[in-house]
This record gives sequence, C-alpha cells and structure tokens, in this order.
Amino acid sequence: MSSKVPADLKYAKSHEWLRVEGDTATVGITDHAQHELTDVVFVELPAQGRKVAAGEACAVVESVKTASDIYSPVSGEVIAVNPQLASDPSLVNSQPYGDGWFYKVRLSNPTEAASLMSPSDYQASIGA
Amino acid sequence: MTLRRTPLYAAHQKAGGKLIEFGGWEMPVQYSSIVDEHLAVRRAAGLFDISHMGEVQVRGPQAEAFLNRLLTNDVRKLAVGQGQYTVMCNERGGVVDDLYAYRLDAQEFFLIVNASRVAEDVAWMRKAAETAGPGLELRDRSDAYGAVALQGPKSRAFIDPCFPLSATGGSPVTRPSELLKNQIALFETTDAGTLLIACTGYSGEDGFEIVAASDKIETVWNTILAVGHAHCCQPAGLGARDTLRTEMCYPLYGHELDEHTTPIEAGLGFFVALDKGEFIGRATLAEQKAHGTSRRCVAFRMGEKTAPPRPQYPILDPSSGSARIGVVVSGTQSPSLNCGIGMGYAPPALSAPGTALEIEVRGRKWPATVVKKPIFRK
Repeated sequence: MSSKVPADLKYAKSHEWLRVEGDTATVGITDHAQHELTDVVFVELPAQGRKVAAGEACAVVESVKTASDIYSPVSGEVIAVNPQLASDPSLVNSQPYGDGWFYKVRLSNPTEAASLMSPSDYQASIGA
Repeated sequence: MTLRRTPLYAAHQKAGGKLIEFGGWEMPVQYSSIVDEHLAVRRAAGLFDISHMGEVQVRGPQAEAFLNRLLTNDVRKLAVGQGQYTVMCNERGGVVDDLYAYRLDAQEFFLIVNASRVAEDVAWMRKAAETAGPGLELRDRSDAYGAVALQGPKSRAFIDPCFPLSATGGSPVTRPSELLKNQIALFETTDAGTLLIACTGYSGEDGFEIVAASDKIETVWNTILAVGHAHCCQPAGLGARDTLRTEMCYPLYGHELDEHTTPIEAGLGFFVALDKGEFIGRATLAEQKAHGTSRRCVAFRMGEKTAPPRPQYPILDPSSGSARIGVVVSGTQSPSLNCGIGMGYAPPALSAPGTALEIEVRGRKWPATVVKKPIFRK
C-alpha cells in the first residue's frame, strides 16, 4: 500500500506533518498514519491558546480499536483547531493533508521545523 | 515470549491481514477495516480464524456426570448433536472460563474454550477429574485442530456447495445448511478430511463454526472464501469480532469475566442450572440467585460524536456528584449504531435500563445511558 507524502511538508517520526506558513504552521497526521489507524471515529484537539512543546502529546485520535496520542512536531501556541473534526472525524481518513488538519500553531522556535524529516526521508522511514 | 501462530498465519499475510498479539497468539485484527468487516458480517458474511481457541474431548461412561459437576449448565439437556453455552466456575463461583459444550455421541463431548485459558482450563478439569473415578477420558486437542467461524445472514446460502461431504455423526442432518441453532454434526469430505460443523458463533448473526485438523484448516479457509466470494463473504479479524460481540453483549473472558466474577454478576444466570444437583461453585451461585449481588454487568450506550468508551475507564453516577461507581470492561465505537457502546459493572440500583451514567474519558465526563441487552437488535 503506497502512501502519499506531499513534497511541500515536513514530517515527524511519530507520523505528524507540518506545513509552515511564515511564523505559523498547520499540523495533521500523515496518509500513512491514517491508513494504519483506519476508521477514525473521534479526535480530541488541544485548547486554543494552549502552549505546546515539541514532542508533547497534545491531541488524541481514536479509531474503532484504539486511542492514539498525537505529538506536536514543534513548540508554540495553538491559535486554531479544526472545527470540522468534531462533526466529521472521518476527514482524517479521507483528506489527511486537507480538511483533515488538526490545529495551527504560532511557532515559538522556528528553527525546530528544520530538524523535522524531509518528504524523502519520511518516505524512506515508512518504506513507501 | 514468542507469540504462537495458527495454521492460517500464511493465509492472513496473503490476505493483507494486520497482525497483533491476542492472548499469546499473533492474530489478524483487521484486513480492510474493522467497520467494513463488521458491516459485511451484519449484511452478508465474514470468515474468522478461530484456530487459537482450545478444544477438549471428554469421553466415557462418566463423561456426562463429570461435566455436570464441572460446568454450570445442564449437559443432560443435550441430545446427540446439540451444544450449549456454559460456564466453568471455581469453588467460590468465580469464572474459570466460559465455553461451548457439544454432545457428539451418548458418551462423547467436545468443548471449545478460550485461547487465553486453555492451560488453566485443562489444569482445572484434570484436578476435577481426579475424583471422577475410572471411565473418563479427557484430552486437550487444541494443537490438533484449527477452526474458522463463518458468520452472517448469507452464510447458510453457500455453506453446502463449499464441500462435497457426507454426514457421519452428531445431529441427524445430511447437509450443514440443515443445522439449527446450537446443533453440530460431523461430515466426511474429500479435500478437508473430517469436519465438525456447528451452527454457533459470536456475532449475533446466523452462521457456522467449522473445526478441522490443523493441516486441513487452510483448505477450509480458502474454499469458503472462494465459494463465498459471490455472496460478498470476506475475511474478518479480531477487531470486528470484538465490535460484533460487544453489540450483542456477549462476554469476553478477561473483560466481563474473571476468577473473581460470578456468572450471576455477569448476567449469565440463564446458563446456571441450580436444579441439576451439586456442581462446583453452586453454593455461591445459589445464594446470589436468591439474594442478589452487589454489582451487575450493565450495557450502556453513549451519544453520537463522543469519545468511544474503552476498558478501564471509570463509570460515574451523575445523580451523586459524579461519584465513581464502576469501571468499563468492554467499550468501543459501534459500527452498526455509530455511537460509543460498552459494558461495565455497576450497583443494582444503577443497572436498570434508562439510568443515566457518565463515562470518564481522559478527565472529561461524557453522558451514557444504561440499555437493555443486547445493545444492537436488527
């Protein structure tokens, strides 16, 4: 099963993606991660305004079988969460890089993003 | 610990099964998705590997008397070719295992037990057999057999064409499709040797459980999938097995049942035959049937769009300041109902259908309502 790994994103080992836009970034989980989870039925998002540290568990995604922690790839303040996931968590499965995004963060340490994986490194890490 | 593999391990890999640990075994949790497989079983048919389950043969002139002392249900009610759900208790009435007992012949019984409990079960049976006297043969045949469960409303439509076979024992039928609920028969086949086919299962749907020699079960698996393809039969994993049985409120050992829980507390009083005479655990069970228990296994349902309940989550009582009154033992998202469902233990005063409860999920309280079992009805 080949997974999509868009070229314009950065990736964490724990299968989150990061889209940097200036001093903010959007976070979600990868196509590979949603495929492994299958059937996402609930997403718990961080509170707006919460300060998260890189590597900190800050969201939970639940499939039929299990609850999995989502780790923030970068440090910063949560400035928006995806309101659509409450009513339609399956967006994580159908559009992991689009309408299935989790939250937006104002970067407190913009250099962190550089230490994340490139698309080709992430692709290699999942054997895709 | 090395995980054990069933004779269908290669077949699961070939079918794209995602393998996980379950009760010391490496088993497929899903092939396509749990929801997809669950709905296939409710609407058409699904095929499960249940080769990890244990099989025990009990034979001889003392077999019936032995089993009636060992198990809570009354095996005297079983005609040849019939099976019953039953429970094996310890002296305190706690559950050693829950199982199916089939009578294959006047003095021959076949027990199907939980994978995770085979060693404990056989040890407990052997201990009980010490006082049974001669005329009792007890054999653990778990390694000799593989088994599959074909479940779903379409199962009966294609079970016969799967195998050219002739009935050789058990229920007096000529074809598997003639088997009624809880009946079992032996069939001789050309490709898969001797098959034991029972009209039983763990999904709440019509269907069959098929036992074959370990080295023949892959033939059975492949044949059913090939013939069933036209009837939308697909392989189904432990994930769907769990969601299906939770919707039906069927207990799973280690969740609803353990050695400190009695079948009366678990709501299995129907399978406890107090009128049959002495049996292991009877004193406690009789007392509980007469005077009630301090806790009961209740089924509950949550609203839509809530976090699914999981085992070990606290159950709270909203009428008394969200005091903790019990714990979830089984919980999942119901693919049929699209909401969280589960079972847990609660005091009798909070066990009536309609009672409002709360389930605590990561520090947050979500409303739940006690419902009548089963949680899902077609």
